[in-house]
Amino acid sequence: MNTTPARPELLDAHTREQIDLALAQYQSQPGPLLQVLHAVQHRLRYIPDAAIPIIATALNLSRAEVHGVVTFYHYFRRHPPGEHIVQICQAESCKAMRGDELNAHAKQRLKVSFHQTTADGQFTLEPVYCLGNCANSPALMIDTELHGRVDAEKFDALIAAKSAAKEHD
Amino acid sequence: MRTTVYVPRDAAALSNGAEAVAAAIAAEATKRDLPIRIIRNGTRGLNWLEPLVEVATAQGRHAYGPVTPKDVESLFNSDFLAAGTHPLHLGPTEEISYLKSQQRLTFTRVGVIDPVSLEDYQAHDGYAGLRRALEMAPTQIVQAVTDSGLRGRGGAAFPTGIKWKTVHDQSAAQKYVTCNADEGDSGTFADRMLMEGDPFMLIEGMTIAGIAVGATRGFIYLRAEYPHAHRALNEAIAAAYEAGYLGRDVLSSGKTFDLEVRLGAGAYICGEETSMLESLEGKRGEVRVRPPLPAIKGLFGQPTIVNNVISLASVPVILHKGAEFYKNFGVGKSRGTIPLQLAGNIKRGGLYERAFGMTLRELLYDFGGGSATGRPIRAVQVGGPLGAYIPESQFDTAIDYEALSGIGALLGHGGVVAFDDTADMAKMARYAMEFCAVESCGKCTPCRIGSTRGVELMDRILANVDRERNLQLIDELCETMLHGSLCGLGGMTPFPVQSAMKYFPEDFRRSVQ
Repeated sequence: MNTTPARPELLDAHTREQIDLALAQYQSQPGPLLQVLHAVQHRLRYIPDAAIPIIATALNLSRAEVHGVVTFYHYFRRHPPGEHIVQICQAESCKAMRGDELNAHAKQRLKVSFHQTTADGQFTLEPVYCLGNCANSPALMIDTELHGRVDAEKFDALIAAKSAAKEHD
Repeated sequence: MRTTVYVPRDAAALSNGAEAVAAAIAAEATKRDLPIRIIRNGTRGLNWLEPLVEVATAQGRHAYGPVTPKDVESLFNSDFLAAGTHPLHLGPTEEISYLKSQQRLTFTRVGVIDPVSLEDYQAHDGYAGLRRALEMAPTQIVQAVTDSGLRGRGGAAFPTGIKWKTVHDQSAAQKYVTCNADEGDSGTFADRMLMEGDPFMLIEGMTIAGIAVGATRGFIYLRAEYPHAHRALNEAIAAAYEAGYLGRDVLSSGKTFDLEVRLGAGAYICGEETSMLESLEGKRGEVRVRPPLPAIKGLFGQPTIVNNVISLASVPVILHKGAEFYKNFGVGKSRGTIPLQLAGNIKRGGLYERAFGMTLRELLYDFGGGSATGRPIRAVQVGGPLGAYIPESQFDTAIDYEALSGIGALLGHGGVVAFDDTADMAKMARYAMEFCAVESCGKCTPCRIGSTRGVELMDRILANVDRERNLQLIDELCETMLHGSLCGLGGMTPFPVQSAMKYFPEDFRRSVQ
């Protein structure tokens, strides 16, 4: 699915700078790779493949090691996400409160499956395994905003509010 | 005089609209020219009443909830600032029966204080444990934790004092204290609530641990799904450094303890202690083969304490009030209190801290009020996604480590997820395998391959393809995973699967629509 060559020289100046800043911030820490990757993703919203050789060289690791870490963790993204990331909890507590119905509704409303982005680039839909809001199941998180007791109606209202905020910009 | 109003900043309260409620209260007070002070506290853990707004009155704190922004005008009209009568008025907070019947040792300040105010923490016995510890020899601190009977609250229930003693007895240039805050079990949120509602308590517990075992550096490994806890911890750590509770010379004792938060990245397996250490080192979270134990060769190959949030947060009260005080709560080999988390299909979900020993039925019905849907509770899963499904016939089991293990279940981190009689337990068994397949670190074959084969088998069973043979096959697969996996993920995934098959066989033999 990913055909972009991992060649640092193809990165634009801004992206390259953000990667260098992330490295400068954490390079001297013990065991810094996860922190560097978090910082890159925080700055760029994803981790470009071309960042991998840069990070590997800076931390004296092999490309395979960095690639291995990026792909091990669900949280790290190798492609830019939509404007908002909608994470719906899949775990038992939410299932006990008809979380599967919420999944189906969300997919239908946004016209995407999990790990996909809506056609207008507004929302990326992701599954997540527990948000720690289990006494308010089913739960979801939009970016870093947590919501509980979400039914179809509340889901639509949350999505509408985000879409309206965009139009207002 | 300004009246103090409390509106929680806890993520669960925010998820029900607490931010908008706080804003509406502030705006209404300004409009009416009433001087108030809003404190953003943690949650009391009464989730069905969130957002729970409290008002400090001469007669103590009064609670109102669940409050929506629409209610705010009428609250002011009813003079809620003086505990006025209102349909949402719940009376004095401490008298709410769900709270009153608890025995809060670890969560005593959560929901009460401003979580990031060091002043407030100190005014509520905060740092009394550390001060006491600094008067003791390290071996005495370790002994006190051992004597308290505290067992790891993360799930494995290993005696905390023994772990500490092992690290204490190692000689090394650098030792570490690590806190496992990768609370990934569904149905659990005690760590989150504590880190958001009383972060200083965890910081104090870790500092005591460092002083006890001679570790000068600590890490909190926090899951990335907890941005609110991340903020609260960082605010509290900064305040603790500022006031000399962390750093090169803790309370002028000459002892050093540095602490930082490191974020996980959405991998359930990193709640396993050796996987967590790999992740802290910046690697793939693959489990290590034990021995060596982390206490001997842990983070960066050095002696390391790995404790859960609640275990570490239990330490200050043990030091402050003594091992005997703590030990006097509980039954048998389960000493102290356990913060239980009531979740899933339950009417009154939330946090319930009490001495070990009450039964599941008491918890589910007396405190939980039965299911949220009003239907009979058919099953509960205790101890997260690797815990067994317990049928109604076993609800009279006492909630302690030994009693639960006696029925093939486990207490784990104390999460209790209720399901009503519409739940399809065969689908839940399939989900257990699916979860294991998604979260397997891939290092050992029974877990990596077994979980995927398990999903396929469950799909055949659900579709009634060669059903009896596949039911036998999945049972054999479970035995292989149970005995052949490197860690608890593959090794315990059979628990929910096999318990569902044992207690709810009819769900596995339904006719296909």
